[in-house]
Amino acid sequence: MSESSRQLGIHKTIDAKGLSCPMPSVKTALALEQMEVGQVVEIITDDPVSRKDLPVWAQMTGNELVDIKEAADSIRIYIRKG
Amino acid sequence: MVEPAKPKGSVTIVVFSGDLDKAIASFVIATAAASMGMSVNMFFTFWGLNVIKKEGGLVKGMNWMQKMLNFMNYGHAKKLALSKMNMLGMGPAMLKVMMGQKKVPSLPEFISTARALGVKFYPCEMSMTIMGLTKEDFLDECGDVLGAVSYLAIAKDSDINLFI
Repeated sequence: MSESSRQLGIHKTIDAKGLSCPMPSVKTALALEQMEVGQVVEIITDDPVSRKDLPVWAQMTGNELVDIKEAADSIRIYIRKG
Repeated sequence: MVEPAKPKGSVTIVVFSGDLDKAIASFVIATAAASMGMSVNMFFTFWGLNVIKKEGGLVKGMNWMQKMLNFMNYGHAKKLALSKMNMLGMGPAMLKVMMGQKKVPSLPEFISTARALGVKFYPCEMSMTIMGLTKEDFLDECGDVLGAVSYLAIAKDSDINLFI
């Protein structure tokens, strides 16, 4: 676990690389269902649509977008269960 | 995840078309909405009934016209045509390969994902009567067989209504 992961207290990581719309949102929804309020999920995706869609998803579902980290080959999105 | 009546709004989709591309579009919207906590109802009517039919049973119906229609209209989630560029089945085969490469779920995968997210499926009673089909011809996951009034009662209270 990296330093930043420890700071955020990531509870679960979803590797959604290669998956396209709407599966990253679906997988995030299913993961959060199993989690407690306040826990953070990390979604790793290479789908540019998810970069826009997951923050909207978080807002619509009453969860909190914590951070987005963009690397060359992937995007890491952190959402805290609300 | 959609236990309360209207937690985050609701979507009602009429799936009239039995085309593969339109069925996939319906399920992309249905699963995305369900992932957002919306309650989703899908009504399958007329050609759209093919999307939720079980495999098998070429000859169905009571009279020769129904039998002929069901024979010529044979289809299920794994056997649907495209609305354009069907090319005697080559189009759907190529689309399935292209979707697989992009890791887009297949229609049967979309159907089971939708079910897992609590999306409700309803076959339309009137089309079934015309075609001589019974509830047993459809996937076990399907809910009650509904008529137009029941559909409208649900659609009236939905935030988003689509006809595909």
